[in-house]
Amino acid sequence: MGKKNEPNAEMVKGTLDMMVLRTLVTGDAHGHTIAKVIERTSEDVLEVEQGSLYPALHRLEDRGWVSSYWGASENNRKARFYRLTAAGKKQLVRETNRWRQMARAIALVMGEKTTAEGEQ
Amino acid sequence: MSWRRFFRRKRADTELAHEIDHYLTEEMNENLAQGMSAGEARRRAYVKFGNPQQVREGVWQKNTFSLIDNLLRDLKYSARTLTKSPGFAVVAILVMALGIGANIALFTVVRSVLLNPLPYHDPGRLFTIFQRPGKGKDVNPYAPVDAGSFAEWKRSAAAVAQLAMVSPWQGYNVSSEAGKLPEQIDAAWCSWDFFPTLGVTPAIGRGFTAEDDRPGAEATVILSSAFWKRRYSSDPAIVGKKIWLDASPYTVIGVMPSSFVYSGSFGGGNAQVWTPVAHEAPSWLMSTHEDHEFLVIARLLPGKTLAGLLSHLNAVQAQISKDHPEPGVRDTVSGRSMLDDAVEGYKTSLYALLSATGCVLLIACLNVASLLVVRAAARSRELAIRTALGGGRLRLLSERLMESFLLSSGGGALGLLLAWGALAWLVRTRHDMNRVEAIHIDAVVVGATLGIILLCALFSAMISAASENGKEILASLQESSRAHSAGRARAGLRKVLLVLEVALTVVLLVGAGLLLKSYQRLRHTDLGVPVDNVLTMHFGLPDARYKDPAQVAAFFERLIERVRALPGVQGAGYVSGAPGQGWNGDNLVSVVEHPPLPKGEGLDLMTRRADPGYFSAIQIPLVRGRIFTLDERLERGHVTVISQSAAQLCFPGEDPIGKHLKVSSEDQVYEVVGVVGDTRWSISQPMHPTFYEPLYGTGQRGATIVIRSAQNVETLAVPVQKIIGQMDPDLPVGNVMTLRETIGKSTIDSQFDSILVLAFAVIALLLAAAGLYGVLAYLVTQRTSEIGIRIALGAQQGLVLRGMLLDGLRPALLGLVLGLGASAASVRLIRSMLYETQPLDPSVFVAVSGMLLVVAGLACLLPAWRASRLDPMQALRTE
Repeated sequence: MGKKNEPNAEMVKGTLDMMVLRTLVTGDAHGHTIAKVIERTSEDVLEVEQGSLYPALHRLEDRGWVSSYWGASENNRKARFYRLTAAGKKQLVRETNRWRQMARAIALVMGEKTTAEGEQ
Repeated sequence: MSWRRFFRRKRADTELAHEIDHYLTEEMNENLAQGMSAGEARRRAYVKFGNPQQVREGVWQKNTFSLIDNLLRDLKYSARTLTKSPGFAVVAILVMALGIGANIALFTVVRSVLLNPLPYHDPGRLFTIFQRPGKGKDVNPYAPVDAGSFAEWKRSAAAVAQLAMVSPWQGYNVSSEAGKLPEQIDAAWCSWDFFPTLGVTPAIGRGFTAEDDRPGAEATVILSSAFWKRRYSSDPAIVGKKIWLDASPYTVIGVMPSSFVYSGSFGGGNAQVWTPVAHEAPSWLMSTHEDHEFLVIARLLPGKTLAGLLSHLNAVQAQISKDHPEPGVRDTVSGRSMLDDAVEGYKTSLYALLSATGCVLLIACLNVASLLVVRAAARSRELAIRTALGGGRLRLLSERLMESFLLSSGGGALGLLLAWGALAWLVRTRHDMNRVEAIHIDAVVVGATLGIILLCALFSAMISAASENGKEILASLQESSRAHSAGRARAGLRKVLLVLEVALTVVLLVGAGLLLKSYQRLRHTDLGVPVDNVLTMHFGLPDARYKDPAQVAAFFERLIERVRALPGVQGAGYVSGAPGQGWNGDNLVSVVEHPPLPKGEGLDLMTRRADPGYFSAIQIPLVRGRIFTLDERLERGHVTVISQSAAQLCFPGEDPIGKHLKVSSEDQVYEVVGVVGDTRWSISQPMHPTFYEPLYGTGQRGATIVIRSAQNVETLAVPVQKIIGQMDPDLPVGNVMTLRETIGKSTIDSQFDSILVLAFAVIALLLAAAGLYGVLAYLVTQRTSEIGIRIALGAQQGLVLRGMLLDGLRPALLGLVLGLGASAASVRLIRSMLYETQPLDPSVFVAVSGMLLVVAGLACLLPAWRASRLDPMQALRTE
């Protein structure tokens, strides 16, 4: 929706949804935690693009991949928590497979050796 | 994307706002923990998150059907702009309400009366069969049938159709009983298979059987629901009880459902009871071929057609006519669908009224469109700026559409109320109309209302939208307010609308003028007698109590003597049918002194039976000879008085006195003793030659008393009824009315049509005048500065006035010419509604033109005069 497409190339297009779903595998979380987890685990390489987190969450909820509820955050503030649904788990598997194929394909093109972790 | 989300988007947005807040606080706390100052922590958090507003708007948009959202916004916006100019809104809504209301009302009537099927089983196969009397061009081809022919038809057409007959113009005296007054009721004789042929069964009890429908059977009667409710208070045990009709006991065997009504072109809708015909009618009437007293209904068997049935019956009828050489026997059969038979008489006038309301609606739309054009012109700057800022043409159009939709739906809602009131009024005032009881607003009508509303909205919006284009919008940004080209173009379009409006108005005015003139003619028709201060009332002596003709004559004589003795009575007499109160029977006669006429060419004279006092009481002038005397009665009563036109018809160029007339169906010869003036049997029909015979000589049991007084004849009704009540408490009196009321009753149709069309025409005229005034007033405001300059430069007031007047009158003149042309082409369609008035009556056309010009002139005068009085200084300053 009319977002400024800054060359904040940290985030590969279409991967935010997948990463949000992945973060939720470890447990329910609210928006700020999700953003933080993505940044931390990527060793601060990936930064969740300005203002794109909430539309993404909204979209995922709309499709039934996550559900949400109001709860208390770690420091006892009212916050909206997101939870991965069964459909979301399936979607995550699909997306992960797709991503691995893609990553391997790109690596092949770039002439790099694939590591053993992708076993097809 | 779901509707749920759409309707919950406000809540979703608040939640999102909370969430974002929470995110920002968390981020700030983290930044604070890293040792930033409060301000820096806050700034960083916002930098990281971006614009919360934008996020919220994004999500909001996602939750929205944009089309509906736009519509809702337009609706809100239009409602707001309309409430800002309530005057405009109220006027436009009222105009629409009038147009839509009138149309809905007429549409409902047309649908209920003309289009909806009759309330019988499989009504598409029901037809009414008639005989065609003679070959003349102006005879009604759908005339009643004789029972003799019917019997033969029924025998031979059993393989084509089921036939039944009914005689809907009968009546009975109901005796007084258990405190109820005696009364006269309308009734119908019918063959036992009449109800089965229609496919209806009584709600209570049983229908007639062939057993009931023969001369020697026990007397049976079926009641109408209304009569049962009114006179017997819905007595559930009525079946099997006896009621007294014409002083004889009848067993009630059934009550019809309240929804049942039978009415054709010869009426029948007022029947309170039905009796089996073979039991009621004298046996000669059941076998004669010369007395036409019945209507025949037919239900076609599957796969048969009306044409097939008619050709079959025509063959039978031709044989009958060959076998029976009497002059009254008919030789052609005719028929039409039962629905046509019931409503044929109303078709023209209802469709004429519907087209009148159509014109009014069109004018109303044109007026609203033209109001919208003015508003658009007034807002042209605003619109231009919005266009320049990227407002799409479609968006601007949809806003205009919404505005006109609001107006027309307001008008439609009000119009539906109006229609509802109008229909309630119509059903109350027009009992005489067939099928009036079927009129009601149903789902289809409401649907049609919605359709009309949408159509009007589209029509007005499109016309006003057509008045501008993109170029103009840009131009109006550049245009200084002194220029007025765009204004003129808009006024040009409005002028075209005005021409149309005026033309339609002229058509309506001409129609109204013609109908009004015809109504006037009808009101002033000469019945043949002075109509003021004449009272009539009708009674009939039942066979069962007055067996002997001498007994009947004695009753008549005693009664009329007592009536004549009442103070205030100038004259009183009896007649079988008073002038203006209906056909009341005719006979074919021949002149004894002349050579016999060829078959089928008898002289048709209307038959009246009167006592000698009748002629002086009602003041029919005696032209020649004498009136019959009191002792010319019973077997000495073979004398007759004929009307002037009868004398001309039967005895052209001869002296009729002393000649003899032979009535073919009675085989009686009458000597002509006198000639009197003509009278009309119906106000809207031409005079018919009449033949009077002495009442006392004929065994006539029913009569109309005619009473003339110097003044206030109505006050005599009660005393006369009292006298009758004293002489026979079981004898009801009916049709108590003055001759004036008779005329009013028989002109109600014409009055109704002309008043309604006139009302529509006046509305149209007002709308057109308002339109003319509006356009010219608008032009004057647009040209204020120009006129100011002209006046400053020395233009004469008179010149300015004339120029402006001409400007305004031009569309009126053009519309007048167009309208006169259209009227000339269309008035032929209402020819059948006009009485002694030519469709192209020049006086009506001239009067309409004059009236239109005067009204248009007045409408234009005010703005033109205002323009000529402009103070140039003031005008030049108004920028």
